[in-house]
Amino acid sequence: MTEAVRAPRRSIPNPLAGMEERRRQTVILLIVVALALIYPLIYRPLSNAIPAVPWPGTAVLVVCATFAILALGLNIVMGFAGLLDLGYVAFYAIGAYTTAFLASSHFGIHISWWIVLWIAVAAAAIFGVMLGAPTLKLRGDYLAIVTLGFGEIVRLVFRNLGDITIALPAFLGGAYLLGSAEGGANLTGGNVGINPIDPPIIPIPGPWGASIVFSNQNVIASWYLVLALLAITFFICRRLRDSKLGRAWMAIREDETAAAAMGINTVTTKLLAFSLGASFSGFAGAFTGAYNTAIFAETFSYNVSILVVIIIIVGGIGSLRGVVIGAFALLYVDRTLLPWLGDHIVNEPIHNLGVATGQQVLADFKLTTYNYLLFGIVLVIMMIRRPEGLFPDAGAKAEMHGVGIAAEVTGATGDELTALGELEEVDLDDAPIPDPNAPPPEQPPTATGPEAAT
Amino acid sequence: MEELVKALTIGVTNGLIIALIAIGYTLVYGILELINFAHADVFMLGTAFTYFATELIVRGIGIPASSTLALVVTLMALPIIMLMTATINASIERLAYRPLRNAPRLAPLISAIGMSFVLQNVGLLLLGPSQKAVEPVLPRTDLVFFPSGAAWFGVDEIIVLGVTIPLLLTLRWFVANTRQGKAMRATAQDREASGLMGIDVNRTISLTFLIAGGLAGAAGLVVALYYGQTFFQYGLQFGLLSFTAAVMGGIGNLTGATLGGLFVGIVAAMSDRFIEAKWTSVIVFSLLILVLIFRPTGLLAEAQTERA
Amino acid sequence: MTAMPAATREPADDLLVATGCTKRFGGLIAVSDVDFTIPRGSIVSLIGPNGAGKTTFFNMITGLYVPTEGRITFDGIDITGDKPHEVVRVGIARTFQNIRLFGNMSAESNVLVGLHHRLKGRWFGAILKPPSIIREEEEAHARARELLDLVGLGRRKDTLARNLPYGDQRRLEIARALATGPKLLLLDEPTAGMNPEETRRLTDFVRELRTRLGLTVLLIEHDMKVVMGISDRVTVLDHGEKIAEGSPAEVRADPRVVEAYLGRGAASEG
Repeated sequence: MTEAVRAPRRSIPNPLAGMEERRRQTVILLIVVALALIYPLIYRPLSNAIPAVPWPGTAVLVVCATFAILALGLNIVMGFAGLLDLGYVAFYAIGAYTTAFLASSHFGIHISWWIVLWIAVAAAAIFGVMLGAPTLKLRGDYLAIVTLGFGEIVRLVFRNLGDITIALPAFLGGAYLLGSAEGGANLTGGNVGINPIDPPIIPIPGPWGASIVFSNQNVIASWYLVLALLAITFFICRRLRDSKLGRAWMAIREDETAAAAMGINTVTTKLLAFSLGASFSGFAGAFTGAYNTAIFAETFSYNVSILVVIIIIVGGIGSLRGVVIGAFALLYVDRTLLPWLGDHIVNEPIHNLGVATGQQVLADFKLTTYNYLLFGIVLVIMMIRRPEGLFPDAGAKAEMHGVGIAAEVTGATGDELTALGELEEVDLDDAPIPDPNAPPPEQPPTATGPEAAT
Repeated sequence: MEELVKALTIGVTNGLIIALIAIGYTLVYGILELINFAHADVFMLGTAFTYFATELIVRGIGIPASSTLALVVTLMALPIIMLMTATINASIERLAYRPLRNAPRLAPLISAIGMSFVLQNVGLLLLGPSQKAVEPVLPRTDLVFFPSGAAWFGVDEIIVLGVTIPLLLTLRWFVANTRQGKAMRATAQDREASGLMGIDVNRTISLTFLIAGGLAGAAGLVVALYYGQTFFQYGLQFGLLSFTAAVMGGIGNLTGATLGGLFVGIVAAMSDRFIEAKWTSVIVFSLLILVLIFRPTGLLAEAQTERA
Repeated sequence: MTAMPAATREPADDLLVATGCTKRFGGLIAVSDVDFTIPRGSIVSLIGPNGAGKTTFFNMITGLYVPTEGRITFDGIDITGDKPHEVVRVGIARTFQNIRLFGNMSAESNVLVGLHHRLKGRWFGAILKPPSIIREEEEAHARARELLDLVGLGRRKDTLARNLPYGDQRRLEIARALATGPKLLLLDEPTAGMNPEETRRLTDFVRELRTRLGLTVLLIEHDMKVVMGISDRVTVLDHGEKIAEGSPAEVRADPRVVEAYLGRGAASEG
C-alpha cells in the first residue's frame, strides 16, 4: 500500500513527466470533485442497489468535510510549523458561539450568516493570537499542555456562563452585577446550549421553496456549501504552503535556531501559524453551529481536539491531501462504519453474552461507544509504525523517523542543549550522508527533482 | 474562619492525593522528558480496581461494608492494586514509548495520548459510562470538632493521610538512599552518561514507570474510597490537576510535586468553597497556564534557570 | 542592510566592535571581558582550545545569547541584546559548527529561507498572489539559483539538504547565509570534517567571497593551516579571556598561545 502511494511521486525523472504527473493529479482531482458533487444525488439509488455496503449518508459527508476543514487548519499549526496544539477545539467553539450569539434569538441579534462567518473567523483568530502570544515561546510539550488547558477552559466557560451570578461583596452594597437573587444570568445557554441558530440562507426561490436554507434539514444544499468552504480552505492552505511564509514555517519546524539565524522572526511567524490555524477552526465552527442550528458546550470537548490530531497523524502530517483523506476516512469510520458494524455484526452477540453472563456493561454494549479505543490504538500504532501517515508529502517521512531535529521546539541552543537534545543533535551531525534512515533508492543518478515538495 | 480551616483541611487531604499522582508525572518527565498522558488513566484504573475489590469484599465475600474488617481487607488490597497499576504503567512504556525513544520528542507524546484513550476505554468497558458508587467501606465518622460544635475532620481524612504520607516519605527515602534510586537520579541527569557508567537504563526507566504506576494505583484506591465513587473520566479530571501540581513544583522535583499537590488541592478546595465548584477546573487550568508562562521552571525553582 | 541609516560614519572603519563582553552561565564564566574588533573587509579568525568560549562569543554576536556585560556595535548600530533575526537584518549572517540546514527542504528552499527577510510579501499576499508577489517569488528563485551556482550547487537545487554530501552541506549553509545579504559572515569551523582538498577549496572560496562580494569574514577554526593562511588577524581566546591578538605570525610566536595549546596537549588541534 505504501509503495503504491509513493512510487509515482518518486519516479518523476524530468519536467515533462512531471507535467504528466500534474495532469494525472488534476484528472484525479476532477474525478473526486465530480463524485463529490453527484454523490448526494446518487446516494439513495446506490444504497438501494447495493445495500450490503455501508454507504455514508450525505449528512455524514458534511461532518467529514467539516473535520477536513478543521484538520487543514490544525495542519498549518502542526504540520507546517511543527507546534502541537491539543486545544484546537477551543477555536471551533469560539467560532460556533460567535455565530450563535450573532445569529439567534439568544440575544435577539440576527445578522446574516454570510457576515457572521467572517466575524467568527476573526474572533477565533484573535483568540489564537491571545493564547499564542504568551505561550509560543514554550517548548513543544508544554505548549501542548497549555493548549489543552485552554481548550478545557473555553468549554467550561461556555458551559458555566449559562448561569452566572456576580454580586458586589456585602460591604459594597451587595448589588448584583450579573444575575439576581433568583438565579444567574444566562449568557451562553449553559448545558442546554443555544437553539435555534439561524442557518445560512440564500434568498433564491425555486422548487426548494422561497430560499435555499443550508441547515441539517437540507443536507444536500449544505453539502455543497461545506464543500465550497473546504475548497476555499484547501486552496488557501496550498497557497500558504508554497509561499515564503510556508517556507518559514517549515524552517522553524526543521530547526528553530537556524531559522532565527536566517532572519526569520520565529515568534511572529509561529503566531501567524497559530492564528491562521485558529481562524479555520472558527470557520468550521461558524458552519457547524449554523448547520446544526444548535450548539452545546459539551460538543466541544477535548476528544474533538484529539480526533483532529489523529486525522492529521493518520493522513500524513503536513500533507494537504493526506489530512483531507484522513478526515473523510476517520469520520466515515466513526459515523458510518462503526455504527454499521455494530448493528450488523458486533453488538448483538456481545449483548447476548452480557445477558447470559449477567454483565450489564456487555449487555449495554454499543460498538460506537468505543470509537476512541480504536482511535487510540490507531494513534499508537501510527506513531510506532508509520509516523509520516498514510499519505505523506515527500520529506515528511524522514522527519518523523527522527532524522530531522525538529517537529519539536527545544528553546535551548548551542551549548545549552539538554543532554537529550545533545544526543539528538549528535545523531544528526555525525550521521554520514547518506543517512541510514533514508533509503538509498532515493538518490538514483537522474533523480534530483522529485523530492522537492514545493 | 472555621469554614476557612475546614476548606484548608479538605485542600490538604486532596492535595496529598494529587501529589501522589503528580509524582508519577514528575518522575517520568524527569527521566524521559515525556508528559505521560496515560498516567492519569492508570490512576483511573486504580479507582476501578478498588471498586471491584470492594465489590468482591462486600458482595462476594459478604463482609458488611460498614465493618472495620471491610476497611482493613480493602487496605490490604492496596499492594495488589499498586502492583497491578505499576505493571500496567511499565507495560505501556514497553509497548508505546520505548520504540519511540529516539524519535522526535512529540512522537512519544502523541503515542501517550493514544494510550490514554485506550486506557480510558478500558475503564469505560469495566465501569460503564456513568459514575459507579464504591461500597462505603471508609467510615465517615467525624472525629474532631470546632469550638462551635461543627465537624472539622473525621476518620476518613485521617486514613487518607495515613496512606498518602507514608508512601510519599518512602518514595523520598527510596530515591535519595537506595542504589536504584540513585540510578534513577543519574539517568534523569544524563541518560547517555549513565548508560556508559554501567547503569541499565532500560531497567531504570521500567522501574520509574513501575513506581509511578504504583503510586497512581494508591491514589486510585484513596480516591475511590474517599470520594465514594469511580468514573472512567477521572483520568482527565485528576490528570490536569496533578500535572498542574507537578509543573508548579518544578517538573522533575519530587518535593516540588508534593508541595504543588498541596497547593493545587488547597486552591481547588477554596474555590469549591468560596466561589463555585463548577469554576474550580477553570481556576486550576488558568493557574497552570499562568505558571507555565511566567514560571515554567516552577514556583520553587531556585537559580537553576539556565536549564533549557 | 535594509535597517541601516545612511548617516553613520566609522572613523576607524571597524565593522564590528565588541567592548567588555562577558557571558556568565550561573557561576560559570564562558567569556570574560573581551574587547574585539573586526575591520571592514578583513578576514579575522577566532581561535583557542576547546571550551575557550569561541562559540559562546559567536552566539553573543548573533543574538543567541545576550551578553551579561558589555556592548556590541555593528556598523555603528548597537546590537547588544538584539534577537537573532534582528541581527541578521542589520547584516550579520552565520553558519553553524554542526551544520544546521533544514534537512527536509530542498537546497533551493534552504537558500530561499535565507532570502526570507528581504521579501516583502505578507500572509494575505501569499493567499491572493498579486502580480507583485509572483514577480518577487520569481526573482527570489532566480537569486537562490544564482547563489547555488556561486557555491557550485546549481545542479543540486532540488535535492533535499539532508541528502547532500557533507562538503556540499557546508557550502549550502554558506549559500544560505549569503542569501540574507550580509556585510559580515561568521563561519563556525567551516572546514571541520573536510579532507585537505575540500579544505583548500573552501579556503579559496572564502577569499573569493571577500574579493568578489566585498564581505567581511569572521572565522572560528581549529585547522591552524587554514587560520594562518587566510587570516588578516587572529584573536586567541583561552578560558574565556583574550590572551593574544595580532597577525598570524605574531600570534604564532606568542608564548601564551603556545602554552595555551601545548600546555593542554595538541589534541584540540585538527
